[in-house]
Amino acid sequence: MRGAKSAKWVAIASVVALGATACGGGGNSGSDDMNKGSADPKGIVTAQLSEPQNPLQPANAKESQGSRVLRTVFSTLVDYEPGTGKLQYINAESVEPNKDSSVWTVKLKKGWKFHDGTPVTAQSYVDSWNWSANVKNNQTNSSWFADIKGYEDVHPEKGDPKSDKMSGLKVVDEHTFTISLTGSVSYFAYKLGYDVWAPLPKSFFKDPKAAGEKPIGNGPYKFVSWDHNKLIKVRKYEDYKGPNAAKNGGIDFKNYTTADAAYSDLRSDNLDWIEQVPTTALTNYKEDLGKRAIDEEYSAVQSIVPAFYTDQFKDIDPKVIQGLSMAIDREQITKTVLHGSRTPADSFVARGVIGHKAGALGDVAKFDPKKAKALIKEGGGVPKNKISIQYNADQDHKPWVDAVCNSIKQSVGVECVGDSKPTFQADLNARDKKQVKSMYRGGWVLDYPVNSNFMRDLYGTKAAGNTSGYSNKEFDELAAKADKAPTLEETVKLYQEAEQLLVKDMPAIPLWFYKVNSGQSTNVYGKIPYGQDGDPIFTDVQVKKK
Amino acid sequence: MGRYAARRLLQMIPIFIGTTLLIFLMVHILPGDPIRAMWGDKAADPAQVAALRHEFGLDQPVWKQYIDYMLNLFQGDFGKTFGGRQVIDVMSEAFPVTLRLTLFAIAIEIVVGIGLGAWAGLKAGKAPDSGVLIFTLLVISIPVFVLGYLARFVLADKLGWVAPNVQDSENWGQLFLPAFVLAMLSMAYVARLTRTTFAENLRADYMRTALAKGLPRRRIVGVHLLRNSLIPVITFIGTDVGAFIGGAVITEGIFNVQGVGNVLFRAIQTSEGTTIVGVVTILVLVILLINLVIDLLYAVLDPRIRYA
Amino acid sequence: MPDTTQTTLTAAEKTGGDTAALVSKPEQRKPRSLWGDAWFELRHRPMFWVSATLLVLLLLIAAFPGLFTSADPTKGDLTNHFLSKPELTHFFQPDWFGYDGQGRSIYARVIYGTRASILVGVGVTAAVTLVGGLLGLVAGYFGGLIDSIISRMTDMFFGIPFLLGAMVVLNAFTERKVYVVVLALAFLGWTSMARVTRSSVISAKQADYVTAARALGASTTRMLFRHVLPNAIAPTIVVATIALGGYISAEATLSYLGLGLSEPTISWGIDISQGSKAIRDNPHALMFPAGMLTLTVFAFIMLGDAVRDALDPKLR
Repeated sequence: MRGAKSAKWVAIASVVALGATACGGGGNSGSDDMNKGSADPKGIVTAQLSEPQNPLQPANAKESQGSRVLRTVFSTLVDYEPGTGKLQYINAESVEPNKDSSVWTVKLKKGWKFHDGTPVTAQSYVDSWNWSANVKNNQTNSSWFADIKGYEDVHPEKGDPKSDKMSGLKVVDEHTFTISLTGSVSYFAYKLGYDVWAPLPKSFFKDPKAAGEKPIGNGPYKFVSWDHNKLIKVRKYEDYKGPNAAKNGGIDFKNYTTADAAYSDLRSDNLDWIEQVPTTALTNYKEDLGKRAIDEEYSAVQSIVPAFYTDQFKDIDPKVIQGLSMAIDREQITKTVLHGSRTPADSFVARGVIGHKAGALGDVAKFDPKKAKALIKEGGGVPKNKISIQYNADQDHKPWVDAVCNSIKQSVGVECVGDSKPTFQADLNARDKKQVKSMYRGGWVLDYPVNSNFMRDLYGTKAAGNTSGYSNKEFDELAAKADKAPTLEETVKLYQEAEQLLVKDMPAIPLWFYKVNSGQSTNVYGKIPYGQDGDPIFTDVQVKKK
Repeated sequence: MGRYAARRLLQMIPIFIGTTLLIFLMVHILPGDPIRAMWGDKAADPAQVAALRHEFGLDQPVWKQYIDYMLNLFQGDFGKTFGGRQVIDVMSEAFPVTLRLTLFAIAIEIVVGIGLGAWAGLKAGKAPDSGVLIFTLLVISIPVFVLGYLARFVLADKLGWVAPNVQDSENWGQLFLPAFVLAMLSMAYVARLTRTTFAENLRADYMRTALAKGLPRRRIVGVHLLRNSLIPVITFIGTDVGAFIGGAVITEGIFNVQGVGNVLFRAIQTSEGTTIVGVVTILVLVILLINLVIDLLYAVLDPRIRYA
Repeated sequence: MPDTTQTTLTAAEKTGGDTAALVSKPEQRKPRSLWGDAWFELRHRPMFWVSATLLVLLLLIAAFPGLFTSADPTKGDLTNHFLSKPELTHFFQPDWFGYDGQGRSIYARVIYGTRASILVGVGVTAAVTLVGGLLGLVAGYFGGLIDSIISRMTDMFFGIPFLLGAMVVLNAFTERKVYVVVLALAFLGWTSMARVTRSSVISAKQADYVTAARALGASTTRMLFRHVLPNAIAPTIVVATIALGGYISAEATLSYLGLGLSEPTISWGIDISQGSKAIRDNPHALMFPAGMLTLTVFAFIMLGDAVRDALDPKLR
C-alpha cells in the first residue's frame, strides 16, 4: 500500500511527463448529471498530489508531482494538441528552423507578463536556460539542454563550468532570440513544450531557493502557497494572455499518503480528481462512480528487456525473444491481473505519439504458444531454459510479473521467476551496474510526442536510456539519418522503418500501454479532459456553480 | 534526586552517540544510489549526479560524514533533504501530528487497558478473566496492518461510525481510528500486566489491613490497589513509546496521517539518510528522557523508593 | 502499532525481575524441582494442550507440506483468477480456500507458506536466545567492566525501535531469504534477551548454593553452566516462547511493507500483502493467510503464557 504510494512518482512519473496544457475542447461528453447546472468560472478544483520531491524550479521536476504544479504556474513556448500531438504556440509567436534545422529562431508574443508584473522577454528565456543547464545549480533535468551549442561549457563532464552562458543562445531583440544546436534536430521545436524550457523572472536569480518554494511564473495560474505535505494552492492569473487561460478559479492540490485515502475522499466529494484508482477498487470503480469514472489511454509503454550483457542473451537469436513475446497472453493478463488498467501493446511506440503505427509488432505481439515454441526451438532455445524478470517491490509490479512468468511457463515450458528488488533505487542500481541476471522490467512515458522518443532514446547504442547493452549498427545509422532529415514528416517515416528493424531484432518485449484509471467528483462540470502524458488539462476543468 | 538525575543524564551521552552511530552506519551501508534514483527509468546525467552527490556530502567516507553530521547536529543543524528542505522543518511539521496520535493512542491504551486488566484482576479465575485473556491473546496475534484494514473495513466502510481517513490531523474524531488501531496491541499488554499486578496485590498485606480498617471497597481498589499496581504498567508504557513510532509507520500509512511514520517510511524508501538519522536521533532522545522521567516517577508512586 | 516483539519482551521482562523470588523460593511440600513443578502445572492446563496440539500440527505442515496438499503453490492459471471463491466443503482440495489473483490455490500457498514463517520465528528466537542469553549471562555473572560494556551496548541497540531498525537493515538486502530476515531481526532483537538473562543471573548468583559451589572451588565454566544458568534460564525461556510469535508477526508486517521475505519464497506475509489489495471483492485472498498467521502466533503466545504461569507460581 505504502509502497505503491511512494512509488507512484516512479510509476507514472519518475519518468518525465510532458506539459500538455493545451487548449482542447472538453466537457461535452458524459452524463446529463455531469452537465447539469452551469460552470462557475471562479470555482476551485481540488486535485490529488503527493509531495513534490524537489523545489518547484522548472528544470528540477523529474517526477510528475512537481511537474503537475509547475505546468500550471509556467507556460512554455509551445504545447501539443491532445490526441494528435500537433504543435501549438503558447508563449511563442513562432519557432522556425533554418534549412538544416540546426539554428532555430524564436519570436515571442508581446505583452506577456510574469505574475510579479515584470515582462516576459527573450532574455527571460535565455537566462533561465543558462541557469538551468549549469551543472552547479543541480537541476535534475539539466541534460535537456545538451543539444544547444556551448552546453559543455556550462555543464562539463568533470570539474567546474568554464562559463555561465551557452554560446548557442543569442538574444536578437526584446522578443526574439536564436538557438544554435550542435547538430540538426528536425523535431527540436517539439522538445520545447516540456517544463524545463520555461522562462524565469529576474527575481528568481536573486534567490533561486526561495523561488523554488514560491515560484513566480508566466502561466495560467499564480502560485499562492505551499503547506508542505498538506496543500499547494494556485489561483487563476487574471492577466494571462495565452490561449489556455483557466476556466476555473484555481486549484488546491491536496496531499494523500495512499490512493485508497484519496479514492474514499473522491467518493465523498472532498476531492475532485484522483491520480489513479487504487488497486483495491479497480474492479468496482466504474460501478462506484458511474459516468464519473475516467478510463483513458496515455502514451506510455511497459516492457520486459533482456540484459544483452548476460551470457544468456549475449549471442541470442532474436527468434527466441520473439518466441518469448508470443508466449505471453497479454489479452488475458491485462483483463484479469491488471483489471483493465493497461491495453496490450502492438508496437514499440505508444499510441498518441506522432508516427505511431498500430500493429507494428505484427504477429510477435500475438499470443500463440505453438508458434512461440517453434520460434524458440528454431532460435536454439533459451539458454539454461530459465529466465527471471527483475522488478522493484515498492511498486505494484509483482502481480503482472508473476502473471507474465506463469504465462511463459505454461505456454512454452521455460522456467520463469520474478526477481524482486526492494526499492526502485536498488532496481536501478542493478541495471546501471549491469548486474541484471536475465531480464528486467522497463517503462517509458513520452518526453515529447514524436516516435523517435520511443526508439532512439531507448535503443540507440549510446542512448542514455539504453541500460540493456543493446547495440544495432543498422539501427543507429538509420536513426542518425532520420534525425538529419529536413522535415519532421521524413524523420517520422524513417523512424517507422527503424521500428520494423527493431521488430526483427527485439531489443525488448513490449507488453502493454498504460491507461489512466481515475475519476472525478460530482462537483466537476463536464468530463475532465486529459493530455497525452496521462495528466488532466487542469485549465479546462470546470466546476459546477453551487 | 537531583544528583541521581544528573548522573542518569550523563550516562545518556554515550548511549546517544552509540545509537546514532549505529543507525547512521545502517543507513549508509545501503546499496543503491539515492541521487541516481531521482532520474527514475530515464538516464541520469553523470556530471549532475556527481555534483549532487558532492552537494549532499555523499562523496565523503562514511566516518567523515558521521563526524560532520554530529558537529552540525550540536549546532542544531539536522541537514537537508534531497528536495533541499531543512530536515528540522520537515520534522517540526510531522512530530506534532504523531505526538497527537500517540498521546491519543496512549490515552486509549490506559483507559481501556487498565480498565480491562483491573476488571479481570478483580475477578481472577472467573469468566471475565478468561474472556479478557482470550481477547488480549487474539489482539496480540493479529498483525497490526490486518487489524488496521479490518477496523477500517468494519467500523468505517460498513458501519460508518468513524471517518475512514484523516483529512485534518487536528480533528480528534478523525484521529480516532488510527489511534485505536495503534493502541490495540499495547492495550492488550497493558490489560494483561494490570491483571497480573492486580491479582498479585489483592493478596498483599496492606490490602488486608485496609479491609480490616473497614475502608469502603471503592477506596481500597481506587487508591490503594490502583496506585500500587501502576508501577509496572507505567514502566511498560514508557518503554513502549519507541514501538509506537514503529507502529506509526503502518497506521499512518493506512489512514493517511501525515506524521513521522510517513516521513520515515518515505525516507527509508528513498534512502534519504539525513531524514532517517534525524528522526531516529530525536526518537532516541525522547525515549531516553521518558525512561528517566519514569524512574523518577517511581519515587512518587512508591514511597519506599528513594534516590540518593 | 507497537511492534510485537519489543513489547512482548518488555512485558515479560517483569518476569525477569521477579526471578529472585522465583528461583530462591524454598521448595514447598513435596520436593519437586522447579522444572518438575512446572511440568506438573502445565499438564493440568487446557491452554497448554490446545497450543501444543496446534504447534505439533503446524510443525508437521512446515516439515512435510506435501502431505497436506497435492497442488503446486506456484502454479497459476489465470482462468482461475479470483474466479473460484472458497469451497468450504472441498476439504483438502486445491480449491478449498479458493484461488488468488494469479489463479493459484490459496490452500496450497497457505500450506507451503508455513515453513518460512515457522523458520523465521524459530530461527530468530534461537539466535537471540543464544546471543542475548550468552551476553546476559556473562554480563550478569562477571559484573564490573564487562557488565558495563555489555549493558551500554544493549542500551544502544535498545534505543532503536525494533521495526524501524529492521526496515533499515532489510532495505539493504536485495535478496531476502529466510536466513537474511532471521539475521536482521536477531541483530536488533537480542537486547531484551540479554537484559532478562542478566537480571536473573544476578539474582541466581547470590543464591546460597552458588556461594557454596564457589567455596568448594568449582571452575568458572562449571559454575556458569552447572549452577547459575540452569537456575536463571526460566525467565529467558518464557520470554523466548512469547517472543517467537511476535517475530513471526514482525516478518509478516515487514513483508507487508515490501521488506520481508522475497520471492521465490512462499510466505504468508507476501500473500497477505497481496491479498490486502483485493479486500473489497475477494476478502478470501487476505483472510486465509492472515487467519493462518494469526493462528500460529496465537499458538506460540498461548504456549508462552502457559509456560510462564507454570514457571512463576506467584502469578497463579
